[in-house]
Amino acid sequence: MNDGDLTADIQGRIQQAAASATPLRIVGGNSKAFYGEDCSATAVLDMAGHSGFIDYEPSELVITARAGTRLRDIETLLDSHGQMLAFEPPYFGEQATLGGTMACGFSGPRRPFAGAGRDFMLGCKIVNGYGEVLSFGGQVMKNVAGFDVSRLMIGALGTLGVLLEISLRVLPKPESEATLIYAMADEQQAIKRMNRFSGQPWPLSALAYDGQLLSLRLSGAESAVQAAARQLGGDFDELGEDFWLALREQNLAFFEDDDTLWRISMAPSAASPAVFGTRLLDWGGALRWLKTDQPAKVVHEACEAVGGYAEAFRGGEKHDRIRLKPEIAALQSRIRAAFDPHGLFNPGFCRDR
Amino acid sequence: MPLPIPFIQQCQNLLGADNVIAESECLRVYECDALSAYRTLPELVVLPETVEQVRALMRFCRDHSVPVVPRGAGTGLAGGAMPVAGGIVLGLSKMNRILSLDPVNRTARVQPGARNLAISEAAKSHGLFYAPDPSSQVACSIGGNIAENAGGVHCLKYGLTVHNVLQVQLVTSDGELLTLGGNGLDAPGYDLLALAIGSEGLLGIVVEATVRLLPLPPSTRVLLAAFASVEEAAAAVAAIISDGLLPAGLELMDNAAIRATEAFVHAGYPVDAAAILLCELDGLAEQVEADSLRAEAVLKAHGAIEIRIADDESQRRRFWAGRKAAFPAVGRIASDYYCMDGTIPRKHLAAVLKRISEMGGEHGLVVVNVFHAGDGNLHPLILYDGNRPGDFEKAEALGGKILELCVAVGGTITGEHGVGSEKIPYMCVQFQAAELEQFHRLKRAFDPDGLLNPGKAVPTLHRCAELGRMHVHHGELPHPQLERF
Repeated sequence: MNDGDLTADIQGRIQQAAASATPLRIVGGNSKAFYGEDCSATAVLDMAGHSGFIDYEPSELVITARAGTRLRDIETLLDSHGQMLAFEPPYFGEQATLGGTMACGFSGPRRPFAGAGRDFMLGCKIVNGYGEVLSFGGQVMKNVAGFDVSRLMIGALGTLGVLLEISLRVLPKPESEATLIYAMADEQQAIKRMNRFSGQPWPLSALAYDGQLLSLRLSGAESAVQAAARQLGGDFDELGEDFWLALREQNLAFFEDDDTLWRISMAPSAASPAVFGTRLLDWGGALRWLKTDQPAKVVHEACEAVGGYAEAFRGGEKHDRIRLKPEIAALQSRIRAAFDPHGLFNPGFCRDR
Repeated sequence: MPLPIPFIQQCQNLLGADNVIAESECLRVYECDALSAYRTLPELVVLPETVEQVRALMRFCRDHSVPVVPRGAGTGLAGGAMPVAGGIVLGLSKMNRILSLDPVNRTARVQPGARNLAISEAAKSHGLFYAPDPSSQVACSIGGNIAENAGGVHCLKYGLTVHNVLQVQLVTSDGELLTLGGNGLDAPGYDLLALAIGSEGLLGIVVEATVRLLPLPPSTRVLLAAFASVEEAAAAVAAIISDGLLPAGLELMDNAAIRATEAFVHAGYPVDAAAILLCELDGLAEQVEADSLRAEAVLKAHGAIEIRIADDESQRRRFWAGRKAAFPAVGRIASDYYCMDGTIPRKHLAAVLKRISEMGGEHGLVVVNVFHAGDGNLHPLILYDGNRPGDFEKAEALGGKILELCVAVGGTITGEHGVGSEKIPYMCVQFQAAELEQFHRLKRAFDPDGLLNPGKAVPTLHRCAELGRMHVHHGELPHPQLERF
């Protein structure tokens, strides 16, 4: 990895882009190009060179790195100190960068029990559409000075500013983990079981159902994990670690398909939306992956009927990827204009929804 | 300029006469929040009972360009609910119901005026609780908690308000009703929910919230460790965290705080200790046992002269009684105190506490420390006498220096209390002009006319200029005669 602070270059590029009204496509590792609406910009702002660690003191549970730093390098460093990114971010490619990871805002199987990417965001440095370098948040756990702009950046797909540096809270890795599996053919029964587990004080760190097996991960002190496993019954899955990794990276057989992959966020105990297709449940039921060839309209309406939100995650009709209420869409446009008045960053994303 | 009579009459028409307060004697209740040194008598207080009333009021105030200051239970510590000239106070105290509790999905849908503790009490029979527990939780409301992103003793492990709210219904300055968040763990588009939480009533009025409930831990243990120096206690805090432990709470009290609380509630604290740590561990019994052994070893290795362990409920209550009574206890030894709220990286705890004590001496004021050590959130209590002319100003100047010190070591001026009216000057220290401008542009995206809680949380550049360039290395505040709002 060639570390480099390209802040001045990036700021210059953005000022130039503003002056010439040339929109930019922000690219880190380009591992998540499948995601989001189609970006209409042709000029690329390459962030991969803006990389390197800025600060990491294990006793502070905080890491600060430049946005182009590879996620793999961050996790390797944390691992060597017995720590981790507790939101278990998916990579979707070895070249994934920290900036792209946070801009997309994906979180892995540990999310319902440990928190999402935004929950670990402590602070960031960005360049806004005026070409100004701004800092928000910081490196401390609790900070309520000013609006929470750092968290607003998570999942904003770079449309509110180019992430330069990011400070994340990290956590100690659990001493021990174990995966239990339960054979279960009925989805309703699995949903019920997952919600019952979640409502009890087990040291859970993941809970998923693939249509045949309910998988449950325990994390904590060895003695606590063993005690919980004894009381919960089920069978040990010796390959549990591989399963959670494959689920996170969408390498399970379920994901090998040409159908559109929908991501549905909903109440964990609600019945799945009535759409023809196949499903995989993560986050104890609060996240449901749906593979279907049904049109976007059908999926959105069925999800709305069960109080959930659908998002075309891979494939599908880009113009109808997500649906926002008109008042929310209007507010988003105003927020976007507050950060990027010329629409320089990833135009096409987060707009006209 | 007083509000015109027809305006007041129309408010009465919208809400009913009982829900509109205009008599100065009754208005006095609303002139400040828990930061009583900052007061402004409001001209009108309205207490809506429904979401539709809030919407109608907001439209009406927008049409007449009347500023609106939202208010929850009035327990805020930064003057966030202090009235503004020419504006009304919109109190949410009558919208205080828990609308529904869903034990299967582990959520509670509540009105903004619902008390924080009432949610946990309602959830208890289902084996669930609402995690954020600010020390005012008996009285404070969830709407205020959301406005301030409130924390509490247990947020080290369970997070702040922002980590525990799933959905918020927000009425904007033009009366629009927005749903932020969802029934699941996230919603598409920008994370407007995270933005709304901690926005101090500047972006909208919270009229309903859905909060997450967690399973009550089956086992809890509290360790009380005594130290011969504050520095050792502070070092032990950093050591516990770096050892990989994640206590539910990790609190530090210095000798002045120990003595004050001991005299008040007789918790049995070691009064000769320079500092004590309270370390709460929870989870499965096996987890607590394992963590406890590790914590004891770390505390001993870092100079703990005594460690007591509380397992049963009554013993734990006794350990916590002192901590929870610390503020009122300090209120007994001084006629007034001024509570600060900076957060710093844990590694600087020992040095910053030492420097605060020195600065107290330089100002001729005593500072008592009782705070959330685990996440570096300081609460220095500056003792002063409000009846002695100039004393509060001295306390305020010392408070400002403490906050500047927090920023200088890489921290922040407020960890959980908010900026409100109080810390406006120090926002100019923590943020550059371009950052403050970005905050204002963001505010205008929600509230183009600037009618919601104006003058709070984010200073104008003009205000910062009036206050002078208050960088950390400068000395006394410039223009101390200017009132700070």
